Amino acid sequence: MSDTAERVKKIVVEHLGVEEEKVTMEASFIDDLGADSLDTVELVMAFEEEFGVEIPDDAAETILTVGDAVRYIEKQTA
Amino acid sequence: MRRVVATGVGMISPFGVGHEHTWKQILAGKSAARRVERFDVDDLACKIACSIPREGEGAYNPDDFVEPKEQRKIGEFITYGIAAADLALEDAGWKPQTEDEKCATGVVIGSGIGGIEGISETTLTLEEKGPRRVSPFFIPGNIINMVSGQVSIRHGLKGPNHAVVTACSTGAHAIGDAARMIALGDADVMVAGGAEAPITKLSLAGFAACKALSTKYNDTPEIASRPWDSDRDGFVMGEGAGIVVLEELEHAKARGAKIYGEVVGYGLSGDAFHITAPAENHEGAFRAMTAAMKRAGIEASDIDYVNAHGTSTMADTLELGAVERLLGDAAANASMSSTKSAIGHLLGAAGAVETIFSLLAIRDQVAPPTINLDNPAAETAIDLVPHKPRERQIDVALSNSFGFGGTNACLIFRRLSE
Repeated sequence: MSDTAERVKKIVVEHLGVEEEKVTMEASFIDDLGADSLDTVELVMAFEEEFGVEIPDDAAETILTVGDAVRYIEKQTA
Repeated sequence: MRRVVATGVGMISPFGVGHEHTWKQILAGKSAARRVERFDVDDLACKIACSIPREGEGAYNPDDFVEPKEQRKIGEFITYGIAAADLALEDAGWKPQTEDEKCATGVVIGSGIGGIEGISETTLTLEEKGPRRVSPFFIPGNIINMVSGQVSIRHGLKGPNHAVVTACSTGAHAIGDAARMIALGDADVMVAGGAEAPITKLSLAGFAACKALSTKYNDTPEIASRPWDSDRDGFVMGEGAGIVVLEELEHAKARGAKIYGEVVGYGLSGDAFHITAPAENHEGAFRAMTAAMKRAGIEASDIDYVNAHGTSTMADTLELGAVERLLGDAAANASMSSTKSAIGHLLGAAGAVETIFSLLAIRDQVAPPTINLDNPAAETAIDLVPHKPRERQIDVALSNSFGFGGTNACLIFRRLSE
């Protein structure tokens, strides 16, 4: 797992209080990890803070899984 | 109108978790006041408060009531309210299962100030990091009616969902309003009370600026709260939550619930006088008490015990005067005490925890003491229960709560005789 993926995973575990094993690249925040719409807003804010990137609302709407977040952040920070 | 009784009580107090534990400390004449340690108080005029213990006897651990990841999203006053409501519903043994039972059970929990800590912290975030860093949980985690909202969600309570905000009379108004909802048939069971987490630097500074807080006893916090005493100099802030389960009498009997007492009287009034000072002779308090007595259909001579608002401020003697006027010749037969001498002033939760103490006074036939009352500032025929509890007959108890803005609430409880 990449460094970005590890850091994303850590944030997801902390914010959603889920077990680490569940946080796979394919896991959907809402369907698999029990997040609601407010949780996803907070997650995006935490990603912005951690990686020093800005994730506009229209981009945030396309981030549905852990993998979506990792790929978006890697593209921005590449 | 339908009759309303209290069938469950729950409390997180400056003595810790639970009404029995708290009641024991109060009857033992202990004080919960101590120096504030959770933030730096060096530049504050008032450096003391009655904080909820996180270790030792009765220690409160929020994890016992709310999942840690949820705690992060809600203000502490909400966590206190959830915890006290869990305890009260458990004490009442009321777990609505059917849709009808759920719809017949409502919630009225208020707070005087609500999420002041969350609001002040988020303001700093906004200033330092901008609006994009304001949490989506900021609003739902700090607005006052969210205690009622959270409790309804957690227990599936689909009846009336309401919240009261009347400063330091919030808890009493919430219980009085909830009792009326049952009396009028809006619900069969109501979960009612108040929750407050005001021990922040901002609120200590604010109340000190109003000259409402004690500042003379920073080195001896345990003697700072001294209602009616000549050397009182302001209230000591407390925190916590008190929740009562109210129930229609026949509903309670049908399920064999234990009954603490009946809510027989509720009176409300406004001073129309000043934003923080009570009206002359506490005339508004007198009218609230008179209204509650009329609603209860009792005579002044029926009142055995008064749980006073008694905050340890100059207003104590005005309240005493108003109660003397109410009781008249019966004053010599009544006991009146302020449990704020032991646990401080819980602001929006005060009237709720004091309702619980009034019910326990009826249950145990004992008036809790007013500690630190060494030299009463006024002579009175009323027994102010100095230092030690008074075992006595208590069939009827009256509880007063008054708030900034000139708002007054009075509740009267009676032992159920059958």
